[in-house]
Amino acid sequence: MLAPGRAKPKPTPETKHFWDGCKQGKLLLQRCGDTGKAYFPPRPFSPYTGTRNVSVFEASGRATLHSYVIHHRPVPGFTPPYAIAVVELEEGPRMMTNIVECEQTPEALQLDMRLEIAFTPMDEEITLPLFRPAKGGR
Amino acid sequence: MLGRGEIAIVGAAETTQLGAIPGMSQIMLHADAALNAMADAGLKPSDIDGVACVGPMMPQQIAHYLGITPKWVDGTGVGGCSFMLHVRHAAAAIHAGYANTILITHGESGKSRINATPRPPEPESLNGQFEAPFGPFGPPTLFPIPVLRYMKTHGVTHEDLATVAVVQREWAGKNPRAMFRDPITVDDVLNSRMIAYPFRILQCCLVTDGGGALILTKSDRAKDFPTRPVYILGTGESVETNMVSQMADFTSSRAFRVAGPTAIEAAGIDRKDVDHLMIYDAFAHLPLYGLEDLGFCKPGEAAGFIREGNTRPGGKLPLNTNGGGLSYTHTGMYGMFALQESVRQMRGTAPAQVPGAKISVCHGVGGMFSASGTIVFSNERP
Repeated sequence: MLAPGRAKPKPTPETKHFWDGCKQGKLLLQRCGDTGKAYFPPRPFSPYTGTRNVSVFEASGRATLHSYVIHHRPVPGFTPPYAIAVVELEEGPRMMTNIVECEQTPEALQLDMRLEIAFTPMDEEITLPLFRPAKGGR
Repeated sequence: MLGRGEIAIVGAAETTQLGAIPGMSQIMLHADAALNAMADAGLKPSDIDGVACVGPMMPQQIAHYLGITPKWVDGTGVGGCSFMLHVRHAAAAIHAGYANTILITHGESGKSRINATPRPPEPESLNGQFEAPFGPFGPPTLFPIPVLRYMKTHGVTHEDLATVAVVQREWAGKNPRAMFRDPITVDDVLNSRMIAYPFRILQCCLVTDGGGALILTKSDRAKDFPTRPVYILGTGESVETNMVSQMADFTSSRAFRVAGPTAIEAAGIDRKDVDHLMIYDAFAHLPLYGLEDLGFCKPGEAAGFIREGNTRPGGKLPLNTNGGGLSYTHTGMYGMFALQESVRQMRGTAPAQVPGAKISVCHGVGGMFSASGTIVFSNERP
């Protein structure tokens, strides 16, 4: 369970499936029916072509570290220094997250390092999709 | 089609004071700048028939406070470059005959926070769901998110990113109104307090109180005004995404790549004709992205361009000559101050005047790479 104080997301009709998936340990992305390309954040149509012909699928949970900052000031729910990261999912889309089970230093956080999903409950309603270094290292 | 130089800036001013202004609320900062700009143009509120400003202030608040009856308003709010978009929209509106004399205002109590509006993302918004839970805390934690990817892609060093701040401080040293004027070195920057790695406090913008205002009209009327007219040659605007995590390319801004070239092409100028450049520098990486995305440098070459002294006093492309958001002032929406410096340079009245400057490009960014607006100015009508 995460320390209290973080901003808590409030799902909408368009994003509820994503947050339900996180609670069940599944990273659910959507795929455009015209191009076959995955996209994020959730919406019931394709940002590539505008088609409503889209499907939900379970992503692998594998990602690489695309970029980040290490914040050095206090924020409710966090102990500085902590990294705010953007990861690139194996399926293509990127998402903001935190990297857990890893030192929060430039030396430990190498760009393009391999990551895997680490679902972490915030409370009974919301589980956040965090990431950890993949087993087997970079 | 709007002609090159058809519209001119005939009034321009900042608030009487900049920095800490504990004696004025946010709306009075707008009014102080507006009154100064009207005095600059020799106009009264009854002469103004169009008003633009950016949220949280709405045009009806400004119009009523100043006693203006507008027949055209614009409340476009896309962050700190909203004023570039207001200039563009106002020029089109004057061309279309919707208004004759348009006032654009900015005021922000960024430091004193008197009547300022905090705007945390709503928990149901996409930012609230997919960024806020991971600990961002304002622009210093979000705007620099792409920087490490840019550095790795182009081999840019921490020293390069410190040099941006050092060079801008050189310009600020020539400007009595700049908040920070003492010279700094690369070591000073790299030893300053860490805010959000890779950026330290000297690579982050100031937080100040202040404001500015502009008055636009048809260039055919410009000779009726007391100041040297500053002509609008070309304009551009675009938006990409409100979520920095969803930028398509972390090494380049799509909004920059649309707004900048659109303005430069509309102006009918060559990049080598540009005498003076403003690139909104909320953080030290923005001049690099701006130089590259506007086509002044090839991708990856901007850091070297700055390191070699091209943007310094005496360099071939003077950049951010007021000291920029890093050293001059930054209320929260700095775009108005970049425009003011372009106008001063074109009028020949800037504290660090670029001798003989005839063309100025002023490029703004808004909301963590959300948005962009670019204006090309000249003191000669084509």
